[in-house]
Amino acid sequence: MTVRATSSSRERILGRIRSSIGVSADEADRRVRSQKRLYDHDAHIIPSRSQKSHLELVHQFEDILIGQAATVRRVSEMTDVSNVIAAYLREHNLPARLRQGLDPRLEEINWSAAPHIDRLTGPAHPDDTAGLSHAFAGVSETGTLVMVSGPANPTTLNFLPETHIVVVSQSEIVGPYEGAWTRVREVFGERTMPRTINMISGPSRTADIEQTLIMGAHGPKRLLVIINQNS
Amino acid sequence: MKPNSHNFKLNARHALDDKQLQRALAKVPGGFVSKRADARAALPEFDALRDKARDIKNHTLEHLDLYLEEFERKVTEAGGIVHWASDAAEARAIILDICVMVDARVVTKGKSMISEEIALNDHLEAADLKVVETDLGEYIIQLRGETPSHIIAPAVHLNKDQVEEDFRRVHTNLSPDRQLQEPEQLVGEAREMLREQFIATDVGITGANFLIAETGTSVIVTNEGNGDLTQNLAKTHIVIASIEKAVPTLEDAAAILRVLARSATGQEFSTYTTFSTGPRRPGDPDGPEAYHVVLLDNGRAELLGTEFKEVLRCIRCGACMNHCPVYHSVGGHAYGWVYPGPIGSVLTPSLIGVDEAGPLPNASTFCGRCEDVCPMRIPLPKLMRRWRAREFDKGNPPAKQRFALKAWAFAARRPWLYRMGAGLAMPLMAWRGRSAGRFSSLPFVDGWTAHRDFPAPQGRTFQQKWRAEKRKRSRVSQGRGKS
Repeated sequence: MTVRATSSSRERILGRIRSSIGVSADEADRRVRSQKRLYDHDAHIIPSRSQKSHLELVHQFEDILIGQAATVRRVSEMTDVSNVIAAYLREHNLPARLRQGLDPRLEEINWSAAPHIDRLTGPAHPDDTAGLSHAFAGVSETGTLVMVSGPANPTTLNFLPETHIVVVSQSEIVGPYEGAWTRVREVFGERTMPRTINMISGPSRTADIEQTLIMGAHGPKRLLVIINQNS
Repeated sequence: MKPNSHNFKLNARHALDDKQLQRALAKVPGGFVSKRADARAALPEFDALRDKARDIKNHTLEHLDLYLEEFERKVTEAGGIVHWASDAAEARAIILDICVMVDARVVTKGKSMISEEIALNDHLEAADLKVVETDLGEYIIQLRGETPSHIIAPAVHLNKDQVEEDFRRVHTNLSPDRQLQEPEQLVGEAREMLREQFIATDVGITGANFLIAETGTSVIVTNEGNGDLTQNLAKTHIVIASIEKAVPTLEDAAAILRVLARSATGQEFSTYTTFSTGPRRPGDPDGPEAYHVVLLDNGRAELLGTEFKEVLRCIRCGACMNHCPVYHSVGGHAYGWVYPGPIGSVLTPSLIGVDEAGPLPNASTFCGRCEDVCPMRIPLPKLMRRWRAREFDKGNPPAKQRFALKAWAFAARRPWLYRMGAGLAMPLMAWRGRSAGRFSSLPFVDGWTAHRDFPAPQGRTFQQKWRAEKRKRSRVSQGRGKS
């Protein structure tokens, strides 16, 4: 499918770039250098705060997220997640209803402990009040959740409902962003990404009116992060 | 948008007289500046990361053709389509064609400065499309028919009572008795109004902070989540990005991301950083069905071969304008085109010509704060000085100014003449100003004395004092040597 013949613009732009740099299209050493960089994908400076012991990284992840106005809870078993969610929804006076994807890890939650919560599956609907997702990883450096799109955890759950609840495995909390890229390559392969990766570091916010910080601009007003320690 | 940069002086005059604007601008230095300083202090590696970020972008620009080819190859592999646009007109036409092809009626947009640069909204609206800006600041200025006055805080020139007026004027289906004084109420109302648009939309257009060659991924950075609703609820996602947004790898993007938010808002990381690669995959329950990337040149490839190429490292964080005394005084609209502040003073003449934008590189005190805070270490004052030199060579400045500059240059290149002139003038001025200690008017510098007094010199020139001090010190050290 071609919307418009832009091949001539393509050649013109690439040609102009080459003449500006002062090179021709077929200089082998440039090509080798750039290909090597793409396949080596070397990390640069990793901040010292991302290179602590795993336990310290987990604490830092938690502290920074709380500083970013998220709520963080820990569970020792996946089965306990339902209790935490039920308590959170009650505390915030929210409807006992949520929507989730098909992530098998979320199937381990023992919902019989919270039978009053209605659960729906699939991508988010505009009327949904809460979404439940499982993170792909956590990045300690800035208290950042790494979410991957797909039927297991539809991307719209990250943005449409007013409340977003995310379970993250403690063992999948890494230090720097580069730790997440390593895992992405392990799971999806070299030079391959899922359709969407969302890095999330707190509930939605804006300071566009008089630089006053307001939570819940377009995305979730509340973010609950549950760290599963047994993972 | 039609440039109005040649009118900078007049625009600045109006801005200084605008009380509403001055009230809003008074809040800029405090917030952004202290937050960035705190974020820098909290990351010991910050300045080393700036060097690294500069090196990454320099490497990318040296291999830009190759990384763009790789980016295109990977986008295509992931099922997306890359379009190349030499100029604004081509980019507009490509985007409109896509909208027409999918029979779109409503287009939602995430924040994009490139979209401003190519004046996309006017073009789509002329074709009867409904275009909705979804970033809160952009939404507000769209209601007002204005352009952004800041690259990351587009409505920073407005006060909340002005926003309230606009919302009451436009959201007529809501109760006129509703409370709307506080930012929280205004944000809540915008959220409700824009929800409907996100859901009704056919095409979602976003910009890109990075284009990653390794994987064919476009990246956006937001705090509101509007860019994500824009691209995930539309059937078609169009990314509009200029060619210099390319970086080689995910690691390169991560390195630059570490300095981006800290420099921009003083956050350690923006709330949402989103990596998009192609359209939805088999089995995906959501996400766009089509993914297009429009790569815009619009003068940048040529700029790469000039003495201004360093400006292409810019990641549009806004730190330079947040720290600029001129921006603090006149705001963004006075600059008369898309990019305000120090970056605009270099980029605007580069993209639309120095004949139109000549006053911008002159709108600087050369205090150097922009370069001090630039995460990509762009030597903005040096580049502004080069534009001044070019403007002078073209004969653009008025005769009086050219004469004064030539006279100054003549003296400055002949130290004996400079010393003699200053040695005569300073005692004379000191004598004339001896009673008041200042001048309320002086010939040739009425532009200065119209607004503030000029302090009277003390009697001797700086060079005379310097020599005297040096003599005194050498006598002291000789005296010490003897004892």
